Amino acid sequence: MKTLKFLSMFAFLGLFLVSCSDDDDDNPDPVNEEEVITTMTITLTPQGGGGTVVTLVTRDIDGDGPGAPVDDVSGSLAENTVYDGAIVLLNETETPPENVTEEVEDEDDEHQFFYVVGGGLNATTEYANFDGDGNPLGTEFTLTTTTASTGTLQFVLRHEPTKPNTGLGDAGGDTDIERTFDVTIE
Amino acid sequence: MRFFICYMLLLCSLANVVAQDCTSSLGGRVLDYHNSTALVKATILIVGTQKQVYSDEKGNFTFNRLCDGSYELEVSHPLCATRIIPITVAGNTSIEIRLEHHLEELEEVQVVGDAIPNKTNSAQEATLTSETLEKFSTASLGDALRELGGVSSLNTGANIVKPAIHGLTGSRVLILNDGVRMQDMEWGDEHAPNVDINAIESVSLVKGASALKYGGDAIGGVVLLEQGIFPVTKDTLFGKTLLNGVSNGRGGNISSSITKVFNKGWYLKGQGSYKRLGDQEAPDYILSNTGIQEFGASLAFGKRLFEWGFGAKYAYYDAEIAILRASHVGNVDDLIRAINSGQPQIIEPFTYDIANPRQQVRHHLGKLHAYKRFEGLGKWSVQYDFQSNRRFEFDVRRGDRDNQAALDLELTTHTIATDFRWDAKDDFTLDVGLLGRYQDNFANPDTDVRRLIPDYERYDFGSFVTGEYRINDQWTLDVGIRYDFSQIDAKKFYQTSRWLTQGYNVDFEDIIIGTVVDGEVVDGLIDYNAQQILTNPIFDFHNISTTAGIQFSQNNNSTFKFNYALSQRAPNSAELFSDGLHHSAARIELGDLRINSETSHKFALFQEKSFKNWGFILEPYAHFVSNFILLEPTDLEFTIRGAFPVWSYRQTDVRLLGFDSSAYINWTNTWSTEHQFALVKGNDLDNDIPVINIPAANLQNKLIFRKPEWNDLELSLRSNYVFRQNETPPNIMVFSAEQGEMVLLEINTPPDAYHLFDFYGTMQFGLGDTTTLTTSLGVNNILNTTYREYLNRQRFFADDLGRNILLQLKLNY
Repeated sequence: MKTLKFLSMFAFLGLFLVSCSDDDDDNPDPVNEEEVITTMTITLTPQGGGGTVVTLVTRDIDGDGPGAPVDDVSGSLAENTVYDGAIVLLNETETPPENVTEEVEDEDDEHQFFYVVGGGLNATTEYANFDGDGNPLGTEFTLTTTTASTGTLQFVLRHEPTKPNTGLGDAGGDTDIERTFDVTIE
Repeated sequence: MRFFICYMLLLCSLANVVAQDCTSSLGGRVLDYHNSTALVKATILIVGTQKQVYSDEKGNFTFNRLCDGSYELEVSHPLCATRIIPITVAGNTSIEIRLEHHLEELEEVQVVGDAIPNKTNSAQEATLTSETLEKFSTASLGDALRELGGVSSLNTGANIVKPAIHGLTGSRVLILNDGVRMQDMEWGDEHAPNVDINAIESVSLVKGASALKYGGDAIGGVVLLEQGIFPVTKDTLFGKTLLNGVSNGRGGNISSSITKVFNKGWYLKGQGSYKRLGDQEAPDYILSNTGIQEFGASLAFGKRLFEWGFGAKYAYYDAEIAILRASHVGNVDDLIRAINSGQPQIIEPFTYDIANPRQQVRHHLGKLHAYKRFEGLGKWSVQYDFQSNRRFEFDVRRGDRDNQAALDLELTTHTIATDFRWDAKDDFTLDVGLLGRYQDNFANPDTDVRRLIPDYERYDFGSFVTGEYRINDQWTLDVGIRYDFSQIDAKKFYQTSRWLTQGYNVDFEDIIIGTVVDGEVVDGLIDYNAQQILTNPIFDFHNISTTAGIQFSQNNNSTFKFNYALSQRAPNSAELFSDGLHHSAARIELGDLRINSETSHKFALFQEKSFKNWGFILEPYAHFVSNFILLEPTDLEFTIRGAFPVWSYRQTDVRLLGFDSSAYINWTNTWSTEHQFALVKGNDLDNDIPVINIPAANLQNKLIFRKPEWNDLELSLRSNYVFRQNETPPNIMVFSAEQGEMVLLEINTPPDAYHLFDFYGTMQFGLGDTTTLTTSLGVNNILNTTYREYLNRQRFFADDLGRNILLQLKLNY
């Protein structure tokens, strides 16, 4: 009889636990991804004043979702011009959008931008900002154009690359951004 | 104590001699407890005297010329547990004595060697003893299980080892830890069973779904982790301590257990273990960030008598496991670079530190159980168990988020189960059972990463009937049927873009319960222009499993078995809901709400023969699974990070054909060899391509030298040849932004065949009456061979482990 009592206690305990864990009908909280980068804006300003500022924008509003990034290039670059380049990264899933560039610049030793000129574009790039160890960071750079041409400009942001490095080939690290723009110099 | 009683009895009877003539008699019958049949040739001894008689054909016995008074009878029978029965004789007294002959169920015998009882009548089974498990004290359960033919493992590095039976793993393999079905997020490829191998004393493996008692969805099989059984009638205290050191990882572990048994059936058992390894090493380099820290403890107590008993148990497991740093990649170009480079992109000096990426798991298990036997009927058991599994995964993240988990899941499970085993008839047993389970998964939003697996509640209900009929001494038949109902009730956020590309707006619009506006859920609103919507999928699954089989045993030297099992498995939460980017694979994994249960038909044969100096086991099988759920590349998606292949869960029909075989030969008294070969082939019948992650054929040969006279010396040398898996699904084309074109991603190219040699030696020393010291030395991968294993997910990034020297001291007391 003692056993039976004991057993019924188990059963009761089981039911009790089941019933009390089933008390929340509330909706879960949505997650706002703070870490995601949705937008990269590259502003190219001709040195010495004058000329037309060119912006390259890529926006991927659903992050890792199925929507592809949408690119927008405001216009053509001028021949034989030195541009000051500045890269701004935003997380536009938040309101107001969060500026991720600051986070990247705070951890300058763990990040580096790479620029790849491709497809016959007559241009070269130089780093314009560096981390505490004097290695390139690259949220600021200069772009120097020569003669008229068309081609591509690729921007790659690596997290925890090997520093110093000689370029994408031996930098390693994880890719946070990789985007290629079609660009014209005329 | 007994001596004292005897002494008193003696005094008593002496006194009586004077007082009266000793002319009383004691007669009676000895019967089987279960079915009341007479037990012949039982020995009945009056304790403290020379008087001893045997029961006759009808179980009857008589003592004559006894004095009136109190006696103790010791009743024994070759097939039964001995009982001591107090009795008072007054005049002509008669008594009915019932003995239990189901010794294996009484669990009073110490298991030795291969004497682990079978779990089914006709299914393919295999077991691991505590000696084998001890060899893997610093490794994991999955590593130990690979000793068995037909068992492989899906690894993520060396520390995360998921057992696979006949090529199937994850939710298709049930793991029962001391009678409790493990609920530990087994759906993820890099989620290993949360079990401390040092807390297990034996393992039984059922290759297939034939053990219906434990679950109907074990399409791969069932792994039963069991506790040792100990005598419950005498007062004892015993224990074991293991101390291990390993060279690869420069660490080791310590494990200790102690059991106290009191004479009235009470027992108390405690166990604990701690393991710590640093970075492990491939032959040519350090595998940076592959350390592990593991802690396990358990406490059990209860009362165990023949007729009734109960027990309570609590077990805790905590593991922090580093994941190879080089296996964390940002996009498909990083993955291509990793595959092409031939060695890890990140190699750093050895350290014990566990850095990101890493995972941390905490598992609590509580269990209460009780049983009662009913004379002439059977045994009724009831069990309640509770499990809480908390999993954190820490990723390489930007900003100060290194200590903010990227995945934080808490899975809570309550199960109540009962069964009745009717064993009153010698030739027939029937087992019926019921089970109810409630499970709650909570995905913590504090990660600030979209949930890979949503919040859900799951309800399960199961019932089964299995029967075993012994036709005659040689043939035994078994049949069983099981019904399982499960309901999964989830609350999942979908990105609207994902919802639309999956076509869910057509099929599932009715499950949307709200839309996220400004970070808050607005109930009842459906707005596809918003970024996220909240849905409430509720799915019901009704599954039937059956099994039937026959065993033919001619004598102890020849056994033949045939088994058929039909089983169905409801999709798990990953297969239905998973939705997100997987960093170690550079892929987006997508579940599908349309997935339904898979159905498996498995036909298995088992043939065992032993001759004078050799024996063999042959186990062929044919396994057909319709609506088999698999993950395969279906698409390519572009993000600001670059391109990612999309891997989607889909269903197809699959055929698995294979066999396991093993043999032993005793060449002389000291020299013997053991041989094992396993092969399985898997085909996706709808697409006529091989199934992914099917283990390659493998051949193991072992040469053993045993000399018991020399302190139980045993030396063995093992060769393990793993063939190249030539049957894999095709590689996929992906877009490489770096190269600006579509390139072949060699994600399915198998590594080459490899051949490893292991050495193991052990000796035992007696230290006093009850204490023995066992020392052993093992060397794995003696030749420091460089290799990669097809079923290791880190094969893209790094070589497998190099040479490892293991030293073990074991103290039994």
